[in-house]
Amino acid sequence: MATKQIGDIILDVKNISLGFGGVKALTDISFDVREHEVRAIIGPNGAGKSSMLNCINGVYRPQEGAITFKGKTFSHMDSYQVASLGIGRTFQNLALFKGMSVIDNIMTGRNLKIKSNLFMQALRIGPAQREEELHREFVEHIIDFLEIQAHRKTPVGQLPYGLQKRVDLGRALAMEPQLLLLDEPMAGMNVEEKQDMSRFVLDVNEEFGTTIVLIEHDMGVVMDISDRVVVLDYGKKIGDGTPEEVRNNEEVISAYLGTGH
Amino acid sequence: MQTTFPRLLLDHAAQRPGDAAMREKEYGIWQAISWADLAVMVAHLACGLHQAGLRQHNHMVVIGANRPRLYATMLAVQALGAVPIALYQDAAAQECVFPINNADVAFAFAEDQEQVDKLLEIRDQCPQMSRLYFDDPRGLRNYDEPGLQSLDDLIAEGKNFVAQNPGFFKAAVDAVKPDDVASLFFTSGTTGNPKGVVHTHDTLLNRARAGAEFDKLTNKEDVLAYLPPAWIGQNIFSYAQWLSCGYVVNCPEDAATVSIDLKEIGPTYYFAPPRVFEGLLTSVMIRMEDAGALKRKMFHYFMSVAKRVGPTLMDGKTVGLADRVLYALGNFMVYGPLRNNLGFSRVRVAYTAGEAIGPDLFSFYRSIGVNLKQLYGSTETAVFVCLQPDHEARADTVGVPCKGVEIKVADNGEILVKSPGLLKGYFKNPEATAEVLTADGWYHTSDAGFLDAHGHLKIIDRVKDVGRIKGGANDGAMFAPKYVENKLKFFQHIKEVVAYGDGREKVCVMINIDFDAVGNWAERRNLPYAGYTDLAQKPEVYQLIKECVEQVNADLSVDTLLAGSQVSRFLVLHKELDADDGELTRTNKVRRGFIAEKYDVLIDALYGGKTSQYIETQVKFEDGRTGSVSATLRIDDTKTFVPVKAAA
Repeated sequence: MATKQIGDIILDVKNISLGFGGVKALTDISFDVREHEVRAIIGPNGAGKSSMLNCINGVYRPQEGAITFKGKTFSHMDSYQVASLGIGRTFQNLALFKGMSVIDNIMTGRNLKIKSNLFMQALRIGPAQREEELHREFVEHIIDFLEIQAHRKTPVGQLPYGLQKRVDLGRALAMEPQLLLLDEPMAGMNVEEKQDMSRFVLDVNEEFGTTIVLIEHDMGVVMDISDRVVVLDYGKKIGDGTPEEVRNNEEVISAYLGTGH
Repeated sequence: MQTTFPRLLLDHAAQRPGDAAMREKEYGIWQAISWADLAVMVAHLACGLHQAGLRQHNHMVVIGANRPRLYATMLAVQALGAVPIALYQDAAAQECVFPINNADVAFAFAEDQEQVDKLLEIRDQCPQMSRLYFDDPRGLRNYDEPGLQSLDDLIAEGKNFVAQNPGFFKAAVDAVKPDDVASLFFTSGTTGNPKGVVHTHDTLLNRARAGAEFDKLTNKEDVLAYLPPAWIGQNIFSYAQWLSCGYVVNCPEDAATVSIDLKEIGPTYYFAPPRVFEGLLTSVMIRMEDAGALKRKMFHYFMSVAKRVGPTLMDGKTVGLADRVLYALGNFMVYGPLRNNLGFSRVRVAYTAGEAIGPDLFSFYRSIGVNLKQLYGSTETAVFVCLQPDHEARADTVGVPCKGVEIKVADNGEILVKSPGLLKGYFKNPEATAEVLTADGWYHTSDAGFLDAHGHLKIIDRVKDVGRIKGGANDGAMFAPKYVENKLKFFQHIKEVVAYGDGREKVCVMINIDFDAVGNWAERRNLPYAGYTDLAQKPEVYQLIKECVEQVNADLSVDTLLAGSQVSRFLVLHKELDADDGELTRTNKVRRGFIAEKYDVLIDALYGGKTSQYIETQVKFEDGRTGSVSATLRIDDTKTFVPVKAAA
């Protein structure tokens, strides 16, 4: 098999520290993400993985450090700015609109791309209508890609959990992100669902060339699909490298298995 | 007038170029392909394949779901005088090895990554397979296997070839003769290797036309192509009759969307095996149980009217004025919306075949105004042997011989057929051919049956399966396992049955419950269960099944021929019989002998008089992994009835 082309650094996280009062969530974390790679962040519960993602997409403001995305450096990110820069994300505890159909949920991901105003959309004035059709077509491609054609019009709340996760991914894809942040995309899934999801993540990476940063607990999945792995423990980075290197890292092993005292 | 598949395509393209030939739902919209566009695509494909080295009489495998490009590839292969072989898309990789090597296949079309992976997996065992084309490139970007190429590239190459050799395609099509081999169909066979049934353009098209004339099919029909292309029925309904009549074949978006697509298309000509009709009815009944009291009452009232009046109306007979008015009201309030919901609003002719259909199931569809009929035929006869005329459909017969067919019943009860649609033989297997096709031109169906007083054919069982009870009270009585199994399977709670009794003193059966129906039944009774295995062994479920068995025994006791086939003991199996475990054929028929060997401890327990038996079974999952299921199965005795000698 031919290997994909991993490009230059697209996201560079430098010396990030984040604290809530006296609690240090992240201490001096630095790592980079290269274009087209699958980068995993792993670590035991409470290691600061989600906090790290939240810093990248502007939910938290780190007290120290800087984040460079596509050559621009920020001391902190703003959520709306992050989205327009081309960073998409999915959520650990699904934040879908349960009463809305699959199509409508994915359509919300197109919001930033829609140029016509609310007034034109409400009255279905010519250009607005045409624009909607284009976006709808894009959404159909995502539905086809994620193989959820049978559920197009089903309210999301009625779908099983594994499919809701797929819709969540679909919505993130709808904004055509360059960098996709996945917060535990396989949490709570059975083996078969995990295999499906892994395949979709790899397909997104290969077909669209999207760079992916994912948090995941299932070591098998992480080792199989990621190019490089960052390991956090108690808010500190304790390992960084290929799955093979990380697997043999003494500190990582002791963080996961504990140490003899 | 004899013709060939590619010639029919060119005729349609010349006479009605702009009309839709096929539709495929993609990105949520039905996209039509015209006859002219299809003919161009086929020409490009054929030229591309010729350039790649496919020659007359070569074989090419196609494997995948119903897609326009799969059918276009079949046409392109036939246009070159070569022979397409469709394989079942859900077959395991190993099952594809035999046909590919038997027919010395070097070219293959695979729908998508799944099918490509399957063929690549067996490449070592099929070294002659040099060219592999795929339709959907998803996930295949990084494959660099030698000879693997996208269909788009093949079409582009063919286009260049056409530009340089404009007359080639037409000349190739003209060179194909009606008596040339058109397709091989590998039958799933219950024992040994599959056999390749050889059909010519003429055998298939002759039968396609006979069926079309019988039901007055036109080019206005709409058909949904959702059954495996490897099955000859699918070939007849969505390929041979499609080209012969020129109607529109619609390809569903995805296997999971078939019921939605069925509703949207509203086919006018429809085929489904009995189990599909059964599944639809079960889903309706389950949803009705959940409906409000008023709706439920209305539904049951009008269904009782339909049950009384509908079949009579369907048979073209007259009923009283009051009943006519009631039925019309019911049609407006219940039957019409129900047909619409099932996707049968526009159905003019619907067929079922392959298995016996339950009388209740059959009359349900006829009573709500769906013209459901039965037909009889097999791969070897290019489907159409017998068909039920519009007003003479019955659940227990399979119709009258259609145009060109002669039927004879042999001394051992076997049905013999003579028809222009008979196979030319089994591929590279003269011994097997000689067994079924005798020198005087009769094809031996291996089905036992007889023609009834109205000239309708009635099938009892396979000739080889019809056995005798040996010893005990019914010594020497006739035993027809499938007949017994079918009677039991007609109950909605029973999904599959295997009956034993030949050469034994009594009949014993192993039963699979229908998980949906029994699961629902259990929920309504607040009966908790942990899963299939647990539910199957509940005493309440045994009681439920026991009642079904005893009702069948009561029915059988009045049958002059088969009163001795009453069931004495039964058990409910702990796992569903599955084709992946070799227990069913790919067409979902039980493999009785294989099951008897695999579950020999259960057979011993059934006949040894035990009341329970522990069993552990290996199961194969879809991804190829294996696991095991174990349970202690209960075995129950059932009441049998003294045979009533009714006048036949």
